[in-house]
Amino acid sequence: MNAAAAIEVSELVTHYGSRRILDRVDLRVAHGEIMVIMGGSGSGKSTLLRHLLGLQRPTSGAIRLLGMDITASSPAELQDLRRNMGVSFQGGALLSSMTVAENVMLPLREHTALDEQTMQIIARMKLEVVNLGGFGELKPAQLSGGMIKRAALARAIVMDPKLLFFDEPSAGLDPVVAADLDELIIKLRDTMQMTIVVVTHELDSAFKIADRITVLDHGRILLTGSVDEVRSSSIQRVQDLLNRRPREEEIDPDDYLRRLTGG
Amino acid sequence: MAETRQAALAISLARVGRAVVELLEEFGYYLALVVESCFWVLLGPSRRQPVRLSAAVQQMVEIGINGLPIVFVLSFAIGVMLAIQGIHTLKQFGAETQVVLGIALSVTREFGPLITGILIAGRSGSALAARIGTMVVNQEIDALRVMGINPVRYLVSPVLIAMLVMLPLVTLFSDFAALLGGAVFCNLELGLSYAAYWDQSTGFMTTDDVLQGLAKSVLFGIIIALVGVSNGFAVSGGAEGVGKSTTRAVVLAISYIVLADMAFTYFLNR
Repeated sequence: MNAAAAIEVSELVTHYGSRRILDRVDLRVAHGEIMVIMGGSGSGKSTLLRHLLGLQRPTSGAIRLLGMDITASSPAELQDLRRNMGVSFQGGALLSSMTVAENVMLPLREHTALDEQTMQIIARMKLEVVNLGGFGELKPAQLSGGMIKRAALARAIVMDPKLLFFDEPSAGLDPVVAADLDELIIKLRDTMQMTIVVVTHELDSAFKIADRITVLDHGRILLTGSVDEVRSSSIQRVQDLLNRRPREEEIDPDDYLRRLTGG
Repeated sequence: MAETRQAALAISLARVGRAVVELLEEFGYYLALVVESCFWVLLGPSRRQPVRLSAAVQQMVEIGINGLPIVFVLSFAIGVMLAIQGIHTLKQFGAETQVVLGIALSVTREFGPLITGILIAGRSGSALAARIGTMVVNQEIDALRVMGINPVRYLVSPVLIAMLVMLPLVTLFSDFAALLGGAVFCNLELGLSYAAYWDQSTGFMTTDDVLQGLAKSVLFGIIIALVGVSNGFAVSGGAEGVGKSTTRAVVLAISYIVLADMAFTYFLNR
């Protein structure tokens, strides 16, 4: 692999209707790095993730994953790239009609010509990795929130992807389970040299797992840096986020009046 | 006064225009779905993304086989009902025995496909919208896409295949059930033997009559699949959105079926 970054976003601009969600976002993630994208609600971090996953087309800008610009690639190229990507969604997004093991096997079944038994063994191995050995025959509805996230992680890593994405891994989990998941993320990077992007608003988890952190606010990148750099940042909004201070917005009287009168 | 009337007219015109655009948009979406589904059926294997036969078979069981009991009961009842009405009407001319003709033709040409279409729209069209809608809400569709599994190939193509295969078969089954219903009633009321009833029915019916019904059912199958799937994909806003889309799918599918039936019958019988 060349020295280029695993993920390279440049000048990304996106709109939702006429509203601008992301404004000239630049982001580089090195190979084997854990990058945490942080920001409050409405900061645009989920939108950024959807674009990184190629689920939406940006207004302008480029997104290079493993050297390929997904905003300009053909469906077949994107298809090939997706074998090298794993995603753990916020709610797990396991297919509810299948058992956990079938869910984990799904990418193998669709993308490889392995025989059934090999696929089952791989699926069991991945379930062991996420400490869900023996739960393969259950349906997603029979699992707890933490188990669903771990099962989703097993599915995300079943193809041994080079890129792994997490959407709010610790949301909705109790602190112990969340800490387990954090450990698992670090372990995956260390043992499998994956490049990992985590979108979260959980500070503890972010500081624990991150090599670098990007702080997003109102669709703009405030800061990208190491954990210490973020902690000691002098930017007011970053400190507000870290110290859970409510935002104090200055109100423009004219603007305010115009909004009230609907003009 | 004239100005307000003009403004009102403009507003209602705009509303009509928007409705027309939305309708066209929806039909365009249906067309795109059909094209994409066929694309995956034909070219999926060469792109290492084949449409799974097992998924199609599973849908066939769900859509067709599991619906057989209710199709039988309702079709049988329709057959009985046609016999009652037919005998009642024809009695006035003293031509009760001609009822067999009426039943045979109206069942194969009209009631068989229609009752099958409406029942499967209610059973499977709604289930389809609910299933896909829930998958949208739970990000399962997003998950499929990032796994490199095309949702249309994985979810829509098997359903379309299943509908195309099962609707005619179930319609045929419905035809038999309705004829049986008519036969039972005629046997009780007129003392007509089953053998005579069967002979008369097959004597009157032409292959064309049956084929016309089956051709309709193919059209109904496409309608149910497309309306169900597109309403599922269009879900937004959580569980409430799923409920709304499911209702919309059933109502739209049944409406389209009845309208398409009318148009189809009109053109086929000119």
